[in-house]
Amino acid sequence: MKVVVFCKSVPDTETRVRLKDNRLDKSEIKYILNPYDEYAVEEAVRMKEGGKAEEVIAISMGPERAKEALRSALAIGADRGILIKDDALDGSDTYVTAKVLVKALEKDGLEYGMLLFGQQAIDGDTWHVPGQVAEMLGLPQTGSIIKLEVDPDGGKAVANRMVEGGEEVHEMALPCVVTCRKGLNEPRYPSLPNIMKAKKKPIQEYSVSDLGFSAEDVGKAGALTEVLSYALPPQKEAGKKVEGEPEEVAQALLQYLKEEIKVI
Amino acid sequence: MDFTFTEEQRLMAETARKIAKDFPPDYWYEKEEKGEFGTEFWEAISEAGFLGIVIPEKYGGVGLGMTELSLVIEELCENGCGMAGNWYICLTEVFGAMPIVRYGTEEQKQKYLPDMAKGKLEFCMALTEPNAGTNTFRTETFAKREGNGFRINGTKIFISGADRAKGMLLITRTTKLDEAPKKTHGITLFLVDLPNPAVKVNPIPKHGINYSKSCEVVIEDLWVPESAVLAEVDKGWYPLLNVLDPERLVFTMASVGIGKLAIKTAVEYSTQRKVFEDPVGSYQALQHPLAEAYAGLVSAELLSYKAAWLFDRGAHYREIGATANMAKAVAVENATKAVYWAMQTLGGYGYAKEYHVERWWREINLVRLAPVTQQMALNYIGEHVMGMPRSYK
Repeated sequence: MKVVVFCKSVPDTETRVRLKDNRLDKSEIKYILNPYDEYAVEEAVRMKEGGKAEEVIAISMGPERAKEALRSALAIGADRGILIKDDALDGSDTYVTAKVLVKALEKDGLEYGMLLFGQQAIDGDTWHVPGQVAEMLGLPQTGSIIKLEVDPDGGKAVANRMVEGGEEVHEMALPCVVTCRKGLNEPRYPSLPNIMKAKKKPIQEYSVSDLGFSAEDVGKAGALTEVLSYALPPQKEAGKKVEGEPEEVAQALLQYLKEEIKVI
Repeated sequence: MDFTFTEEQRLMAETARKIAKDFPPDYWYEKEEKGEFGTEFWEAISEAGFLGIVIPEKYGGVGLGMTELSLVIEELCENGCGMAGNWYICLTEVFGAMPIVRYGTEEQKQKYLPDMAKGKLEFCMALTEPNAGTNTFRTETFAKREGNGFRINGTKIFISGADRAKGMLLITRTTKLDEAPKKTHGITLFLVDLPNPAVKVNPIPKHGINYSKSCEVVIEDLWVPESAVLAEVDKGWYPLLNVLDPERLVFTMASVGIGKLAIKTAVEYSTQRKVFEDPVGSYQALQHPLAEAYAGLVSAELLSYKAAWLFDRGAHYREIGATANMAKAVAVENATKAVYWAMQTLGGYGYAKEYHVERWWREINLVRLAPVTQQMALNYIGEHVMGMPRSYK
């Protein structure tokens, strides 16, 4: 069984976010593989090490730098990469992204048993693409899993996901889509020997036209959504400190909750 | 000229950053206070392959050079490990792997390198003596030919890691200084297996870096076979330079990393902390010295990478030495300034252990003394780079 892991190149978590011309100012950003995708890659590699997958394919849509995110996935242990790279893709929304990724999978032969995603990308934070890909391919999907048991011979996967107050257990027929989060596994550090090995693993590149799209199908032109503006979150204000005897503090807190923020 | 790192180098740096985040200042605070070796960290860097950077693939490493070693160390130090990001790697990889890769016999390589690359063999170097430090030529530890080996006697001091190491690069004289045709002649390097009943190791209480012990090492009638000689008998001086220059460079990178870490800590604190109306970070009395230190650190970083690049390209030792000494002098001056002003920025918290700056202060204090004093680094520049008369005999 082949396993596909979807990878995104995102700004490092320590990035100082700045806006320029109503877009993210990308001039000084360091990029990394989306941390949630690391759980997906790790899980796929463990499936291979456990004899449940023959090949792990890392796929990404993005500019040249996305190759580095793929290289990270290859250094964790994925076997090969697919990169869809084209200037025309700039401005694509999640719908276009899903559409393009699905087309690239078709081009690659559609012979996968499982599709793994990080539950969200830490930049756009939409959580859209996994569901859209599953829908377009007509596959079962579950998200934010913390445990995964795959039975390729029995043609099914069982995934546990956190819900309020407990866990849900989902059984799905293969192929299926799952999204991964913290708690599923502990991703390994890409070691130096594996980084050197990753250098030699192939990354297949596709352009928009390779996938049979024209410029109007993708980018802003093909998008179903439009970003009207970006804004930085408001500065966090200093907390409110209530001092005094426990009774006074409790009284003041109650009053605050009732009258100022009106939650009770 | 190209200042960009390769994709692999960037990924290596990223792995180092990840590890550093998993071993943050709080981890090192605890290790320092307990005087405990950072076992979990050692395991993480072993697993990541950081102890085999300079070891050829054939012996289980990745066969890269000083540039990658510098990069990984800088990232570890800067992203939270402080001096610890350099210390253990230096002891095993710079003092052990580097000279063995370059000068070892096949037998020596087989014996040490694969275990080092896996993190299963720690190393140390015994150079400094009560009467010989920077003046290595005055080394008194003597190895006398006896049978098909050597009988060694002497005392070494400040030997870091000797309490744990399984191997030691021992610097001796096999020809006494007053009998040598020139002072560089007669230095011999040995690879000594530890622990050994003829080698007594006593830790010396010290100012900082207590997650590793620095020891007095007393060698009494230690016999080693001829096969323990690294490089050639009497001709150990130039091979030793190829250990001392890399040592200088990793400590330069550690200084740059510690300085940047202290500045990052000061910046974060100073943008939050208000004493009067505005955050203290808005005061130029703090901003300017921190900015000066930062600019100095970045300059030293560039120079240090240049020295690493020269080393990897096999440049002449004088060119490497000059660049390494200049980088070291600038890095330490500015890292000291960075930590000093970080402490000033944090005020009383700068003096409190759990805010870490005071630990980095103790760490950076070492680098003005070792691997070479600031003054001897400046002497080197004055004498060998600028051509001024030698000021000491």
